[in-house]
Amino acid sequence: MLRLILKRVVNMVPTIAGVALVVFVLFSVIPGSFISSLMDDGRGGMDPAVVERMRRELGLDDPVAVRIVRYLGQLVVGDLGTSFRTREPVTRLIGQRLGASLELTFAAMGFAMLVGIPLGFYAALRPGSLIDTAAMIAAVSGLSLPKFWLGLMLMYLFAEYLHWLPSFGYGGWEHLILPALALGVSPMALLARTTRASVLEVINADFVRTARSKGMSETRVVTWHVARNALLLVLTTVGLQFGALMGQAVVVEKLFSWPGLGGLLVDSVVQRDIPAVQGGILVIVLFFLVINMLVDIAYVVIDPRIRAG
Amino acid sequence: MNPATGDTAVLEISELDIALAGDKGPTQLVDRVGFSIPRGQAFGLVGESGCGKSITALAVMGLLRAPLMRSSGQIMLDGRNIAGASEAEMRKLRGRHVSMIFQEPMTALNPLQPIGRQIAEMFVLHEGATWKEADARAIEALRHVRVPAPERRARDYPHQLSGGMRQRVMIAIALACRPKLLVADEPTTALDVTVQAEIVELMATVCAAQGTAILMISHDLGLVARMCTEIAVMYAGRIVEQGTAGDLLRAPRHPYTQGLIGAVPRLGARAAGGRRKLAEIEGVVPAPASFPGGCRFHPRCSRATGVCHTDVPLAKPRPGGGVVCCHHDG
Amino acid sequence: MKMRANLWIGGGFFALAVTAALLAPVLATHDPVLGADLMRSEEPPGREFWFGSDTQGRDIWSRVVYGARISLTVGVVSQLINSVIGTVLGITAGYWGGWWDDLVSGLTNIMLAIPSLIFALAIMAILGPGLFSLLIALGLTNWTFTCRIARAQAMALKSQGYVQAAKVMGSGDLSIMLRELLPNMAGPLIVIATLGMGGSILAEAALSFLGLGIQPPFPSWGSMLSDARDNIRAVPWLAAFPGLAIFFTVLGLNLLGDGLRDILDPQSRSRLP
Repeated sequence: MLRLILKRVVNMVPTIAGVALVVFVLFSVIPGSFISSLMDDGRGGMDPAVVERMRRELGLDDPVAVRIVRYLGQLVVGDLGTSFRTREPVTRLIGQRLGASLELTFAAMGFAMLVGIPLGFYAALRPGSLIDTAAMIAAVSGLSLPKFWLGLMLMYLFAEYLHWLPSFGYGGWEHLILPALALGVSPMALLARTTRASVLEVINADFVRTARSKGMSETRVVTWHVARNALLLVLTTVGLQFGALMGQAVVVEKLFSWPGLGGLLVDSVVQRDIPAVQGGILVIVLFFLVINMLVDIAYVVIDPRIRAG
Repeated sequence: MNPATGDTAVLEISELDIALAGDKGPTQLVDRVGFSIPRGQAFGLVGESGCGKSITALAVMGLLRAPLMRSSGQIMLDGRNIAGASEAEMRKLRGRHVSMIFQEPMTALNPLQPIGRQIAEMFVLHEGATWKEADARAIEALRHVRVPAPERRARDYPHQLSGGMRQRVMIAIALACRPKLLVADEPTTALDVTVQAEIVELMATVCAAQGTAILMISHDLGLVARMCTEIAVMYAGRIVEQGTAGDLLRAPRHPYTQGLIGAVPRLGARAAGGRRKLAEIEGVVPAPASFPGGCRFHPRCSRATGVCHTDVPLAKPRPGGGVVCCHHDG
Repeated sequence: MKMRANLWIGGGFFALAVTAALLAPVLATHDPVLGADLMRSEEPPGREFWFGSDTQGRDIWSRVVYGARISLTVGVVSQLINSVIGTVLGITAGYWGGWWDDLVSGLTNIMLAIPSLIFALAIMAILGPGLFSLLIALGLTNWTFTCRIARAQAMALKSQGYVQAAKVMGSGDLSIMLRELLPNMAGPLIVIATLGMGGSILAEAALSFLGLGIQPPFPSWGSMLSDARDNIRAVPWLAAFPGLAIFFTVLGLNLLGDGLRDILDPQSRSRLP
């Protein structure tokens, strides 16, 4: 078991290195840098001598290959570089904001799972019924909603119109509800659809027929034999959605002035603060990989077929 | 009534119709099928795939699900009419009075549960046993179906077992509560030829030992004949011939039965006959929506005449006992 | 039947969006960019301004209609780029195999690990805002799914008899890929492209909302919502209509994709026991 987990952790390394490489090359090869953006930022021309000094200080004059090796070397020891903008270590910038992002992501995913999975289950047990049709229309609608627009509408309804909840900012649980809803609706919709499809697949499986032929009540057939096997199929979707959620949170965080990674990333992009952008992306990718690794491990625990090898 | 024992039959089906509901009205899949199985005896239902034999088995289990439905007829299980029984009543019968094993041992067991548990479940469901007792009895049940090292095997998952072992587990589950009837739907079709004989022999001995009757469903007439006392041959939703196993095999009266026997390969037959091909029945089983009128076998039958196109042949007694439905039998 | 309903309703919504885009000059009642009239700003929907007016007195109806041009252009063109990249990489990887397949699979895995919106954000950071940047950014970041399907299909198809036959007859690799493989995987690829178009439209709206996409004063649904954010209390209709336009266009594409999948993917149809 421990060896399997170790193997999954080691498997992440080439991917994260690949991501670092792709992102780094992307920013190095294509013209336009932090400094040139400073120059055409409308703040007037900069003294070429100052530009030259900054380039040297930031190490931008070295050949690309040298910079890549240096960057990867720093990554190994957990150093994401120094922000062009604030001159702080990128790790510190990210550290200040990671907590809020995690809080939002977990709340949104919790909502998505608590609503989406039971909804899909219920719909699958009554295929073609009114509830099934309504749930599936709701699900496809949920997938088509722009998150930030949903957020805006929630903000208008619950904050501006009803005055039940604060419209933006960070604080207690009441600040969390609207952004978590806005972020959670589309994974909820996807989970409802996936769960429904999985349950429908499992409920026609031979072993469910066996269970029925044993003389079990339908409730027991569903809770005992269908549920576990169907949830196994849903797990992959949970992992992929969960992992991607922190990336999707960018827009919602911006909308609700949530002090997470999203705001940092957008501000850094606007100002071409490359180390901060790279660091932010890497952390989001790492989160994705860790969540999916945990899902892999969960499979090993739940599914004896995988456990065996 | 069975004249031999003076006892009621364990299963008695009469005039059973099963239909498939569809957009354009129901399609009849099983048409006035009837037979009875005396206590403790093995009965074979033989036919090509799509003839309605598996659906008949599901009807006996009360497991027909929409869009399949029983449109008329009686199914008497142990003296009780289960056609029209409520789901709750059926549930009490399933597993306890009648149980079933399926064709695919690969997929018929829950992949996420140890096999011991899947057997133990029967004792918990039907005999009110605690899980602890049930687990112990499951090991006994495994020993009963001759699974080696049952204590260890009980903790195995289905994917760790061979096809033959899985089917043994299925038998253990099905016979756990000593049902009066075991429905076996192509129990050996998915297995290796060498394992088939073992499984059939195991089923026969265990059932004989505890007095369980068998409804054996197969496309393999030879296999059924070895194990069953009586056989019914089904074609396109109807029983076309029925009789004792030996007699049916020795002197089949219906051209379809004769074709089936011709299609059974006999060891050495090929060597003796040189390059002669195995006899085959021309054509394919028609789809239920386009069952021909009259005798449904007539498009594939060499003896067919005008009457076969128009009139459904009625059941008439065979010389050796049983019935045959053919205008030109012999 | 339900599958027909998906197709018709989805196709209907999408057709409405296409009509709006094509006939924008006819349908618009005001100039979407230059029609600013500060004397008449923030008017609720009514006779003059069907969808109300925005903070600068521009007609929201006209801006939503013109916005369809940008959304659909981004959706169609960027998805086209994705489809071409994904199909070319996927077919060649699946058909040739070997080191090329390893390379493409490795790249796909890396791309899958980076949330596509984040990747698009990064590319926007490099290229700067604007329509062209959007097309590139969204066209380079959503091809992984197409690639995976094309690769799997190519691997499955290449051992089929007719492909082998074409090979024996002396067809070149290119001709086999174009004539034998591509037509046989067109179904699933069309479904993915339809669903992907909806995704691109949502992503464009998100990037424009963040101020990185279409720049004001040009009317993109996303950038209109960005204006709405600061004025949600006073001008809720400014938020409502562009959002509804995005929602129904994407919903149309999603339903259309589902409907096409029901037709093109026979496996998803229910079978009898």
